[in-house]
Amino acid sequence: MNKEKEVLLTMRNIDKRFPGVTALSKVDFTLRAGEIHALMGENGAGKSTLIKVLTGVEEADGGEIHMQGIEHPIQNRSPQEAQANGISTVYQEINLCPNLSVAENIFIGREPKKFGRVDWKTINRKAKEILDRFQIHIDVTKPLENYSVAIQQMVAIARAVDISSRVLILDEPTSSLDEQEVEKLFNVMRNLKEQGIGIIFVTHFLEQVYKVSDRITVLRNGTLVGEFETNKLPRVQLVAKMIGKEFDDLSMIKNKVDLSKNQEKAGVILEAEQLGRTGAIKPFDLKIRKGEVVGLSGLLGSGRSEMSRVIYGAERADTGVLKWKGKKLVVNVPMDAMKAGITYLPENRMTEGIIADLSVRENIIIALQAKHGILHLMSRKEQEEFTDRYIDLLQIKTPDRDVPISQLSGGNQQKVILARWLLTNPEFMILDEPTRGIDVGTKAEIQKLVLSLAEKGKSIIFISSEIEEMLRVCSRMIILRDGSKVGELDEDRLTQEEIMKAIAGGGYHA
Amino acid sequence: MPKLKTLWRKLTGYSLFFPLTCLAIVLIINLIKTPTFFHISINNGVLYGFIIDILNRSSELIILAVGMTLVVAGSGGTDISVGAVSAVAGAVTIFSLVGSMSSDIYRIPYGLAILLGLLGGMACGAFNGFLVAKLRIQPMVATLILFTAGRGIAQVITQGFILYVRKEQFKYLGNFIPGIPVPTPIFVAILVVAVTLLVLKKTALGLYIQTVGINAKSARLVGLNATLIIFLVYTFSGLCAGIAGMIITSRVYSIDANNAGLNMELDAILAVAIGGNSLGGGKFSLAGSIIGAITIQALTTSLYAMKVTADQLPVYKAIVVIFIVMLQSAELKRMLHSMLNKHSIRKAGRKVA
Repeated sequence: MNKEKEVLLTMRNIDKRFPGVTALSKVDFTLRAGEIHALMGENGAGKSTLIKVLTGVEEADGGEIHMQGIEHPIQNRSPQEAQANGISTVYQEINLCPNLSVAENIFIGREPKKFGRVDWKTINRKAKEILDRFQIHIDVTKPLENYSVAIQQMVAIARAVDISSRVLILDEPTSSLDEQEVEKLFNVMRNLKEQGIGIIFVTHFLEQVYKVSDRITVLRNGTLVGEFETNKLPRVQLVAKMIGKEFDDLSMIKNKVDLSKNQEKAGVILEAEQLGRTGAIKPFDLKIRKGEVVGLSGLLGSGRSEMSRVIYGAERADTGVLKWKGKKLVVNVPMDAMKAGITYLPENRMTEGIIADLSVRENIIIALQAKHGILHLMSRKEQEEFTDRYIDLLQIKTPDRDVPISQLSGGNQQKVILARWLLTNPEFMILDEPTRGIDVGTKAEIQKLVLSLAEKGKSIIFISSEIEEMLRVCSRMIILRDGSKVGELDEDRLTQEEIMKAIAGGGYHA
Repeated sequence: MPKLKTLWRKLTGYSLFFPLTCLAIVLIINLIKTPTFFHISINNGVLYGFIIDILNRSSELIILAVGMTLVVAGSGGTDISVGAVSAVAGAVTIFSLVGSMSSDIYRIPYGLAILLGLLGGMACGAFNGFLVAKLRIQPMVATLILFTAGRGIAQVITQGFILYVRKEQFKYLGNFIPGIPVPTPIFVAILVVAVTLLVLKKTALGLYIQTVGINAKSARLVGLNATLIIFLVYTFSGLCAGIAGMIITSRVYSIDANNAGLNMELDAILAVAIGGNSLGGGKFSLAGSIIGAITIQALTTSLYAMKVTADQLPVYKAIVVIFIVMLQSAELKRMLHSMLNKHSIRKAGRKVA
């Protein structure tokens, strides 16, 4: 379709580390003039970090960025510098001034002057010209807030392109647009492409990627999976690339706990009937038996986390009933679920898991302490015994039990959170991405732990973006798409292909 | 040399190091300027001296700072209404004792009046707590309501008069109990601190407050009721303001709704900050705040001792406070550190060249 166009921008060996996490590791990215290049990956894959490095919001720890026509590698230390180098960004939340006029918004910070005063005539005339080029015919003297989000976005794009842009980055531009508006945006994008501008399109909507992009770069866990031509990459394969099929030292783990025998007999421990929450997860039915590891599978935003949060009471369900061991269980707040014996390891370790300034000890005992109640403070000795036991059991690497948890590596932080929940001796554990962003060795340890817990009769809901991992630990899988449960796969149908087909759903390129 | 360095690092790593240093600096300057500064004598059976005066006068501030510390730790915000709330509590107590006329006869028992005053303070605190915890209004804005309205409420209670209680017994709380040489407020402050420390040590409250202050989302997911805890710390701060109000009114055996506890909220917040506590919430040190409160009062008293007039006082206080806060600024430390580093890198570079 498109012959090799000239390369506009290259990023080579980009590294970026945050305390405890490697966000990007030796990532390459190439953008050609006159192409729309989709940047894809699950949450935490490193998309936004890569964009931030490119636009100067974050500084890379290593690697080089080259811009066509500039001899030396460029170094963007601020969005302004990036702009000077020809790179502009339009973010999901439009950062313009809604109460200024459209024209003012386009020219703010670089107003044409005449005799030392702002030349309003020129501003308005030029603004109109610029927008006309985008087929937008509006009154540029009216405040921006008078217009729809879609128009505001176009104005933001028009401003970005007019300033300098040879490279335009659109970060999730379509998430607040309706279908027609998306179509309009795509026309603008194609138009810009014709003019030779390179567009980086960050999104997690698969269909849009296939509609508008020429190439796709896929990231996973901060590393480059590869660059592909869109029309040569089937949709199922794209999903596979995004969620990964790593084969690591884990394959030696015996495939699954052999539950088939006792599963028949084992009773249902948790049952949901039409449980749901408006705007998060559509009503679903669910039955989980004792000693079962059930996977929730689906892409980001499919409702897999929301389903588990509703069960735990992190978000309150507004329809349906939850039954625990056959009896109705009302879960208004997490404590209600905790008292029954349900625990929840949240997806986002940093914002919902760790209590950063508190010590490893305090982080471990906090849930059990909360269960005991405020008046029954565990003695220091008891706390230390518990902590030491789990540091030993899970082999948490920490200088001692009283250092702040924030000083530990990601994997060890996650182990501390696991210890926190194991200490409460739960019967049912929800683990949302327990192995994300942690090293392969620890990953294997956690997976083994999950299996051994199931063997001891604990039931587990397991969520992971990595299908391989899911296959390894889950004995049954629930498939979610677009906020609703769309199916279940039993043990005998658990294959990578089946799962991916189910996740990707129908549609073209399938 | 390296030994000294590790010792220094150990010392500066100790969380109360900077608060104590600040206090020490203020005291040492005093000693140089006013040689009689540490002199304590007994006149008329009670203790006299600058040190006694500082401890005495800082009692209210210590009590307010105790409440403020927990508010800051739990909610990452400040309660700017405590000064006005102490006026409300004082007004409630004195009004219930003497009605709307200055008098020397109690209408109700003294103890009951004190209880009513404290309940008034707690009610104000609970109101703040409701706004912050339940309605999620920013603490500064929520407490601004009583900051401005509190003195109005006190005025309504006193009907605009300055009410006096002309009874010797009423002065005991804010001055001396006959036969005891130590000012009563010091005992009250010690009591408040002791009870608070006991509660923090014997229950999980301290851990809960820190957890909520550091990460309210995680706190909820481990089963804590963040709303209730934030509500409680504001209510407690109201109670502390009430206790402070009792002392303030007893000192002058009257309630002046316009001036009781005026500007004390700012000193209380400052005490927390000087104590090395992050105003962003989370981990806290009660001891730090108490040292901070004493430091502020020591500063005020010593400036008076140096014959600085009351209207010039804020200027000098500001200068010292800027210095103290800068001493503790992590950003400044980083800047100095990187400056030193650059210097040494340049040096090293020169050597290589």
